[in-house]
Amino acid sequence: MSHSLDAYLVLSSLLFAIGTFGFLARRNAIAMLMSIELMLNAVNLAIVAFGAFTPQLAANGAVIALFVIATAAAEATVGLAIVIAIYRNRRTPLVDEYSSMRE
Amino acid sequence: MALPQTVPYFNIPWDDLVFLALAGVMLGAALLVVLGRNIIRSGLWMILSFAALAGIYALVGATLVAAAQVLIYIGAISVLVLFAIMLTQSKAGPAKLVFHHQAWAAAIAAAMLAVILIVVVLATPWPLAADGPIFVTAQTIARLLFSDYVLAFEVVSVLLLAAVIGGVFLAKREDSPDPGDIPAIAPVAALPPSRGPVISANASTGLGAAAGPVEKP
Repeated sequence: MSHSLDAYLVLSSLLFAIGTFGFLARRNAIAMLMSIELMLNAVNLAIVAFGAFTPQLAANGAVIALFVIATAAAEATVGLAIVIAIYRNRRTPLVDEYSSMRE
Repeated sequence: MALPQTVPYFNIPWDDLVFLALAGVMLGAALLVVLGRNIIRSGLWMILSFAALAGIYALVGATLVAAAQVLIYIGAISVLVLFAIMLTQSKAGPAKLVFHHQAWAAAIAAAMLAVILIVVVLATPWPLAADGPIFVTAQTIARLLFSDYVLAFEVVSVLLLAAVIGGVFLAKREDSPDPGDIPAIAPVAALPPSRGPVISANASTGLGAAAGPVEKP
C-alpha cells in the first residue's frame, strides 16, 4: 500500500477536500487561512508522491515541493497581516461581518 | 538478528502500518482543525497534522522536504498562525456560530470533490516504472536547485523579501506617528486621559474609565 502512488494521491485528495470544506464553511478568517494551508499541504503531498514514483521526474518533485513551501510561507505572512489589519479596523475576525461593501 | 519483514500476526509490511498510522493521524487532525469550535485548539491540531505529513514525506523518500516541512510549517507558519489567533481573540471567547449557515452546502461540495478526485486518481493509469518510492538525496536537490531551477530560486527569494516588507507594512500600527511629526498643540481628545495633563472636567471620566465599566446614575 505504501508502495503505490494511488494511496498517496487518495490521501492527498481527502486532505484537499477537508481543506475545501473548512475554507467554505468557517466564519473565522484565520480558520479559513488554516484551511488554505491544509489545501497547500495536500497539493504538496501529491507533488512529492509524483516525484517519488516517476523515474523521469527524479528529484524535480522535491524541488517543486520546496518552492511550494516557500510560497506558502509568503502567503501566510501576507494573509495574516491582512487579517490583523482588518481586525484592527472592524474589531472582529468573522468574515461575514465584513459587509461594508455590500450596499 | 533481523527484524521480520512484516508485522507479526497481521502479515502486513511495516511500511504499510506506518503509512496507515500517519495517514490516520493526519486526516484526523485535519478534521479536528476544520470542525473544532475552539480556534486555538484548531491551530494546535494543525501542528499535529503538519507533523504527520512530515512523517509521510520521510516515508516516501523526500527527506529534505520532510525537514523543510518541520522547519517552515511547524516552526514558522504554525507559530505565525497562533500569534494571529491570539491577536484577534475577542473577549467573548469562541464564537457561538463557528460555521456559516450554508455549511451543509460546503460539506456536500467538499464530499463531491473528494469523490471526484478519488475516482479520477483510481481510474487513471499512471505511467509508473518504479516499484517503490525513489529516495532523493539533498545533494541531488541542491544540484538541481542551482542549475535548472536557479531562476525560480531567485524569483522565490525576491517574493519572500516582498512578502516580508508587505507583511510589516500591512500589520504596522498607523495611529502612532513618530515623535517628530506631533504638532506643537496636540489635540487633547486624541490622548488617553491618564497620560496627558489632566483637566479637571476630564478627571472624573478618566478615573471612571480606568476603574472599569462602571454604570453612572
